[in-house]
Amino acid sequence: MSDTGIGASVRRTEDLRFVRGAGKYTDDMNLMGQAYAHIVRSPHAHAKINSIDSTNAVASDGVVAVFTAEDMAAVGGIPCGWQVMSKDGTPMHEPKHPVLAEGKVRHMGDPVAVVIAESRSQARDAAETVDVDYEVLDAVVDMTQAINADSANVHDDVGTNVCYDWALGDADAVNEAFNGAAHVAKLDLVNNRLIANAIEPRCAIGDYDQATGQHTLHTTSQNPHVIRLLMGAFVLGLPEHKLRVHAPDVGGGFGSKIFHYAEEIIVTWAAAQLNRPVKWTADRSESFISDAHGRDHVTTVELALDENGKFLALRESTLANMGAYLSTFAPCVPTYLHGTLLAGQYSTPVIYCEVKAVFTNTVPVDAYRGAGRPEATYLLERIVQVAADQLGLDPTEIRRRNFIQPDQFPYQTPVALVYDTGDYEASLNKALDSADYAGFESRKAASKAGGKLRGIGISSYIEACGIAPSNVVGSLGARAGLYEAATVRVNPTGSVSVLTGSHSHGQGHETTFAQVVSEKLGIDFDSIEIVHGDTDKIPFGMGTYGSRSIAVGGTAIVNAVDKIIAKGKKIAAHLLETSEADIEFENGQFVVPGTDKAKAFGEVALTAYVPHQYPLEDLEPGLEETAFYDPKNFTFPAGTYVCEVEVDPETGTVDIASFHATDDFGKIINPMIVEGQVHGGLVQGIGQALMESAAYDSDGQLLSGSYMDYTMPRAADVPSFTVDTTMTECEHNPLGVKGCGEAGAIGSPPAVINAILNALAEVGVTNIDMPATPHRVWQAIRNAQAS
Amino acid sequence: MYAFDYKSPSSLSEAAQMLQNSDDGVLLAGGHTLLPTMKQRLASASDLIDLGGISELQGISVSGNTVTIGAMTTHAQVAASSDVQNSIPALAALASGIGDPQVRNKGTIGGSIANSDPSADYPAALVGLGATVNTNSRSISADDFFTGMFETALDENEIITSVSFPVPDAAGYSKFPNPASRYAVVGVFVSKGASGVRVAVTGAGPSVFRAGEMESALTSSFATSSVADVSVSANGLNSDIHASAEYRAHLVTVMAKRAVAQAGG
Repeated sequence: MSDTGIGASVRRTEDLRFVRGAGKYTDDMNLMGQAYAHIVRSPHAHAKINSIDSTNAVASDGVVAVFTAEDMAAVGGIPCGWQVMSKDGTPMHEPKHPVLAEGKVRHMGDPVAVVIAESRSQARDAAETVDVDYEVLDAVVDMTQAINADSANVHDDVGTNVCYDWALGDADAVNEAFNGAAHVAKLDLVNNRLIANAIEPRCAIGDYDQATGQHTLHTTSQNPHVIRLLMGAFVLGLPEHKLRVHAPDVGGGFGSKIFHYAEEIIVTWAAAQLNRPVKWTADRSESFISDAHGRDHVTTVELALDENGKFLALRESTLANMGAYLSTFAPCVPTYLHGTLLAGQYSTPVIYCEVKAVFTNTVPVDAYRGAGRPEATYLLERIVQVAADQLGLDPTEIRRRNFIQPDQFPYQTPVALVYDTGDYEASLNKALDSADYAGFESRKAASKAGGKLRGIGISSYIEACGIAPSNVVGSLGARAGLYEAATVRVNPTGSVSVLTGSHSHGQGHETTFAQVVSEKLGIDFDSIEIVHGDTDKIPFGMGTYGSRSIAVGGTAIVNAVDKIIAKGKKIAAHLLETSEADIEFENGQFVVPGTDKAKAFGEVALTAYVPHQYPLEDLEPGLEETAFYDPKNFTFPAGTYVCEVEVDPETGTVDIASFHATDDFGKIINPMIVEGQVHGGLVQGIGQALMESAAYDSDGQLLSGSYMDYTMPRAADVPSFTVDTTMTECEHNPLGVKGCGEAGAIGSPPAVINAILNALAEVGVTNIDMPATPHRVWQAIRNAQAS
Repeated sequence: MYAFDYKSPSSLSEAAQMLQNSDDGVLLAGGHTLLPTMKQRLASASDLIDLGGISELQGISVSGNTVTIGAMTTHAQVAASSDVQNSIPALAALASGIGDPQVRNKGTIGGSIANSDPSADYPAALVGLGATVNTNSRSISADDFFTGMFETALDENEIITSVSFPVPDAAGYSKFPNPASRYAVVGVFVSKGASGVRVAVTGAGPSVFRAGEMESALTSSFATSSVADVSVSANGLNSDIHASAEYRAHLVTVMAKRAVAQAGG
């Protein structure tokens, strides 16, 4: 292994600009003559708009224009990228998602009008004078009430708040298994609503070149090509060659920057109307009510077991909050990214899952780090713990009895997926050793002596990364392909530009992908540049989400590199006056094995561009190759997390005493970056378990709309993590990689909650919902003592 | 933010003059409540009068049995002051636990008490120690100073200059922080000194208050066991998404016990 190749913890090249404040984010860009947009947003969750009077705003200082839905009548609604079918075969309800509210507002923060002015403050001043006459309607907030026939409807034209009623699995077989089961465990739980809170608020700048008719959108996006596709084809009717979407440095996404947002459309459209650039930057308060939220499931789960603790069947019924409109990928999150993961690491023979997606007068909900898989892992690892407790089995023992065994791969689950590789007991064993599981009782006794309750919790998670292949996801309702593209451009002097459709917004692709290319081509790490985030530079791309970048984007790069090597062999064979079949490529040299004949990579590159001695009749000059890669299957990272907590029974405060993670990510390119990804995921998962909650009141007002009330986890809230790995290589991609971006957030919440309930068992608490805040823990203890 | 005139007086009298002459002038101390509120357009001012350049409002001094802290002294300065650490360690500890490092290095004692946030830490220390608030026109006892939620006894154009704390025999402060904001969900300051025992509670109610029953119990015996079974009523206490009134009432007892323990009781 070289010190910059695959497997090396190369320091992140991009950090040099980030830590020096030299990163270039969308809001750092200011275009000549730009105007500023301020969005007038609904203060109500649900209201009829009787009228909008913008006379005063138009007359305000510096105002360039004020637009409402009426002005944008020719603009299409915001499209949804996935169509889910209900179990009766009918398609989901897909009400129009207008760019600016048409006649009605449906959530606090719903955009109503846009004021464009010479400065930000002038736009904001004028926005306060836009007079919107609202007639406030009953807000639909609670999902369990929203599905009742007498509920008000978020969308009058739909006539129900149930977007779809979807199911997966064999209901009859599951019911039969439950009827004959020796034991049934049942649990009602809530997967709490979260807000991504990326450090960089969203920003969008529209630009228009009247001379060429070229539109440009600079935006904070995880997938600029997807935005170009959605906005160009479905909203503004612009062909690809007239629309450039550019996502420069992006400060975190966690899913929230996948989606196509109204503001992107507003600035692109307005720039053309006004023939000048238009910029919009969210402030933090605006982010809380305009970025898509995550999770928000209300679930009942049941597990049937035989007398030996063997799983016989799993049954789930869930209400999944869609919010007021269908965000880009919202419908697939609680269905195909959720129900398909319910086997977890276990050989449960039959599974049935039904999910009702529900419209409410809240901010739209979509993918957030893990997207559907954390919800699946949470309910599964919680019910496994409940079953273990009820049967008096050690939580490790019940898992061992039900794990899919290494010799069972490839393993067909009853919920559609085929796992390619894995060794779940290996990760469990390593995590238990790391956590000194055997020594827990003595630590518990020590805690008790100090007046604290100690608990230990386990979560053995699986996730599915790199959603694929395109023909399968298409048959399930995806309206896009899920491949990735890469171009490897070898420059005449041998330096290499890699154009990737993946997008880095914190992941460190500029380092990881360069390591892959350095290893494959045997050239200097420093001679490789990774280019991303611009539809004008990169042939195509589907972007970064679902931990897909290394498995899908990385493979596209490897495939393009293979084409470069294949062509290089032809050039080298010509130079060495031998047959192509005799050439091998090793350590950056094209060689004829067994001879001293060799040509360096750089020499071949130069020859490709200066083709004086070149087989021009057989081969075109140049050395640049593009690959599109559509994976055969998902990848399946898996692992076991062990969390230990200490609870102060007087205050309800939970302290994470230790956290040990063992993950199988397949082959790892940069261990340091992977460890960082795990740390970040764990903190977000612990944040969900203990602190974070997007709370609405019954009028649909967001109560946790700032950092005064929305608790973000801080460094002091988490322990120093112990992170380790095991490895089974992914068998269907050339790198053997699986992806690591979401695992921490997927696996950790049930480990934390199981640990808390383990600690609280001695005071009679048997259930608690996330976030397990001190107040909630104290209340649970008090309720248990009272009963 | 709405437009305003920024004023930077160099003396207390100049600041008072500016305040008097302004239509709707507001004093700027650390700005940690005022500026975010102005940015959200929930507050506005004709003139923002920055007290940061007035040396009379700075500094910590000890004289006899009194520690006097200038109104513009930051929380970080109070926390790091050896004078405060030596004479009233509980006060230094309280200051070191306010907000986060950014807040502690900008926020001031004068700004905090003038704002009279129901969940701020300093009101507990002032009432719990029986301090005196000195202004450019008079002195006000802490017991009289905090009159309600975001309300104080200050007149419209009055400026706090310093706070004088009597040095107690023993004191302790324990707070249960809001996990999001780090304000006090409940904070209890306990002291024992020349004027007896004081127990002041912040965060739990609309404004800081004294827990009389706990004071009586501690006067009989200054020990954690004295307050362990004394509870305050949940009636009238604050209730929000972080803590119900019942939980706050419970926490008052727990924090009181811990404060007494810190005070050596």
